[in-house]
Amino acid sequence: MAEQKLIKLKINEREVQVPQGTLVIEATRRIGTEVPSFCYYPGLSLQAACRMCLVEVEKMPKLQTACTLVASEGMIVRTDTEQVRQARKYMLEFLLTNHPLDCPVCDKGGECELQDMVFRYGADTSRFVEEKIHRPEEKWSELVYYDAPRCILCFRCVRVCDEGMDVKALGVGMRGANSVIIPNRQDHLECEECGMCIDICPVGALTSGTYRYKTRPWEMNYVSTVCTHCSNGCKTTLSVRNHEILRSNNRDLSGINKDFLCVKGRFGFDFTKHAERIKQPMVRKGDKLYPVSWEEAAQTAAAKLKAVYDASGSDAFGFIGSNRTSNEENYLLQRLARATFGTNNVDHHRTADYTGLVTALGHGASDSLLTMEQLYQAKAVLLVGNDPTNQNPLVGWQIRSAIRHFGTKLFVINANEIKLKRKTTQFARVAPDQEAAALRWLAHEEGQLPTELVEQLVQLKAGLEAESDVAVVFGAEISGAAIAQLVAFGSKLPGKTRYMALGDYANSRGAADMGVLPDRLPGYSYVDNAGAREAFERLWGGVIPSKPGQTAPQMIDAAQAGALKALYVVGANPLMHFGTLGLGRGKLELLIVHEMFLTETAKVADIVFPAASAYEKDGTVTNTSGEIQMLHKGAEVMGPRTDFDLLRILSHQLEKLGLGKSFHYKTPAAVFEEIRKAVSGYNVQPAGLLTGGAEPTRVEFARNGHAPYEVPVGLIRSAKDTLFTSGTLGRFCTMMESLPEAKTEP
Amino acid sequence: MESLEGKRGYPRIKPPFPAVVGLYGCPTIINNVETLSAVPSIIREGGEAYANRGTPRNGGTRMLCIAGHVNKPGIYEVPLGMNMKKFIYEVAGGIPRGKKLKAVIPGGSSCPLMTADEIDIPMDYDSVAKAGSMLGSGGMVIMDEDTCMVDMARRIMHFYAHESCGWCIPCREGTTWLRKTLERFHAGLGRPEDIDMIAELAKNMLGRTFCPLGDAAAMPTISIMQKWRGEFEEHLKGRCAYKSAEALVGSR
Repeated sequence: MAEQKLIKLKINEREVQVPQGTLVIEATRRIGTEVPSFCYYPGLSLQAACRMCLVEVEKMPKLQTACTLVASEGMIVRTDTEQVRQARKYMLEFLLTNHPLDCPVCDKGGECELQDMVFRYGADTSRFVEEKIHRPEEKWSELVYYDAPRCILCFRCVRVCDEGMDVKALGVGMRGANSVIIPNRQDHLECEECGMCIDICPVGALTSGTYRYKTRPWEMNYVSTVCTHCSNGCKTTLSVRNHEILRSNNRDLSGINKDFLCVKGRFGFDFTKHAERIKQPMVRKGDKLYPVSWEEAAQTAAAKLKAVYDASGSDAFGFIGSNRTSNEENYLLQRLARATFGTNNVDHHRTADYTGLVTALGHGASDSLLTMEQLYQAKAVLLVGNDPTNQNPLVGWQIRSAIRHFGTKLFVINANEIKLKRKTTQFARVAPDQEAAALRWLAHEEGQLPTELVEQLVQLKAGLEAESDVAVVFGAEISGAAIAQLVAFGSKLPGKTRYMALGDYANSRGAADMGVLPDRLPGYSYVDNAGAREAFERLWGGVIPSKPGQTAPQMIDAAQAGALKALYVVGANPLMHFGTLGLGRGKLELLIVHEMFLTETAKVADIVFPAASAYEKDGTVTNTSGEIQMLHKGAEVMGPRTDFDLLRILSHQLEKLGLGKSFHYKTPAAVFEEIRKAVSGYNVQPAGLLTGGAEPTRVEFARNGHAPYEVPVGLIRSAKDTLFTSGTLGRFCTMMESLPEAKTEP
Repeated sequence: MESLEGKRGYPRIKPPFPAVVGLYGCPTIINNVETLSAVPSIIREGGEAYANRGTPRNGGTRMLCIAGHVNKPGIYEVPLGMNMKKFIYEVAGGIPRGKKLKAVIPGGSSCPLMTADEIDIPMDYDSVAKAGSMLGSGGMVIMDEDTCMVDMARRIMHFYAHESCGWCIPCREGTTWLRKTLERFHAGLGRPEDIDMIAELAKNMLGRTFCPLGDAAAMPTISIMQKWRGEFEEHLKGRCAYKSAEALVGSR
């Protein structure tokens, strides 16, 4: 970015230096002076409608709106004169004339911008004695309600829906004092149900279907954590009362997503109290699962695992980890597999080829991985495959924001007419599964492609070559060798090209980083790398085999064939995901599952441990762009335990039976300390994490004689979740399931 | 311009002005019909001849639409600087039925109202401004002695509350509040404190709205409150003793 010229102005007799082009309202905030406003909202178009930010400017006859006035050299601004105070006071008086003042029953009471402003700047008496305009409240959808009398018509909702979300579901109807916000389907909304309009509403006009009339804001505790749904890792604040989550929003607008949350982040938390939650350990007796004590379950699990180990050895075991459990839990699971049971048969449902990306980048990985902030700042974006609007909503938001704020160019290679297409500079439509062929053409101008596509690719390439610092974002369509092609093309572009692989779930990236992979140790070292193995053996005890283990689909096949005897599943539903549903558990002698619900896999298990969700635990997760954030326990559900606890308990039981070493970590934080020291890229400064921010990992990968990573067909598979689905977990989000939009194709 | 672009009729933030960024983002010049009507005579007779019709600092002519209690309402083109009293009594035929003149809106309902004593002035921009009002759009309204000024204020505010687009708070809420208060006041339910409040609410709108519509609603109201305060006080005592202003400007 070019050096910005600074200008000086005076605000309330204080000299302030700001970059040229800064709005006066921003300049005042810079020195901690509050100029109140309703309609001004950083990042959205300017309105100058609420007139709350009127300030005195020397040499200007009238009061000026600080939200539209650009600061200029030598400008003298006063924000606290009698005239300004009087204007604010009477502006609020006007605003309250048709406001119902039903604060005692309003959801927003206690955290309402209008309340706060009247408290600070308003009059102490009310002079309005006429009849107020009243309209009945309207239900626009299961999630959005509109109470017109409370609305102050700041138009934030209309703008965020249009400019921010590109949904354009809200508008303004009627005029004058009768003006109201109207939904896109006359009397109801059909939209992405992101709820951005509710959060951005400064008053209680737009209220949430899941939260309304449940509680008062001051009765809740606020816990900032990370959304458990998609892989983007939005920070969210859980509003918790009596250990129950009542609301989720990004209350302080901090973190990588700032104001953004999608429907899942905002409303998809009711699974925590779903009636089908498993709350007691269960052990199979005959053809039924029976609730048992924790003691019995843990002892039975250890004894049965030991029996299989003694009878069939290490290779009879398989471990399948989760896309949603924490880094610490994934780390411990693969430690259990490798060090305790001596097998590399450990994998998870892979939804993006992070391994392929890190391998292709090699030593360049650490500064070539694109963060969410860098995506927003990018001058040009190349998107290959995926549909961010549905699958990776924050990525979609970052791209749209970049286009809107900086005129960023978007280039897309996709088999579908994804919604982002309308924002693209150049769109290349490929046949299904032909994204890789298009990349090969881009990298080497090789291969037979339709003429029309070649023309589009020529333009796309020329467009990208004219840019510097391109952000490359790709979905599960691109894996293995295709990533190498993409990196080959990207490295020829001028400037710094950075990459982001898009996975499906909250800790998809973390599962790979933590080595829940049959051929890689934590930090992506090959299992045949003796030095890396030894380092971990020193930490964990045991002997890690040098031969790569089986992938998740191979394990399921081996279970059918009888070669695999015991499968240990943590927070995953492999019988559903790997297409063996109906075949049941095959010839497995032992199936142990940590789960929240009786999934297809849990139903046929021998032992089921009730597991806590991400909202009920501490730890860290790594989002798809490799940024680590901390989970903080919000809700508490009686019964389930965290996978961290479960694995720890099991390790102690196993040690008693002479199998492996018990895990001596008192807290997930202790595990993270080990991860910081032992896992490439994870030696991050905790300062940022502790304040609720994200720290990018700096994964370095040393090539040690291996060819580019070849991925078997079908190993990397996106579940292609929409805005309203979230794998197995989504089926237990009652509110999302109830939305009509969830039932139609987007 | 917003309407031409198919959008809701809201004002735009200025600058940029339409001449720089206008319709569909292109430079756009917007002219009144009155301005364009001056073009033929300027082309035919030259600019100087046109300018000479008015006063030295206010050249040319003005189109005036005179309505209300006058004998010959209609649209007239007169030289700028013509005496207002002369225009009303000689050109437009004076007040019907020999009634006395009470008030004049010199240039549209957004202008401060003038009393009968204030109109013996030349009708040019400077002189009318000096008298505390403006020529505005040239829509002159004449009120005779029977006209109720409280109802006039109510009628003007009714118009502005209806016209307010709803964009900014002071205009949207202020005009509606004033309309309701003036309606109540004229209906005989006024309170003494309302009189000062009406004037103050109008002042609270003045100069603080997004577009000049708020000012337009405030200015006539403030002038009526100043010049005919007595009529408001009379209303406090009981029924309105005057004729409705509706007969004057038509009702909706």
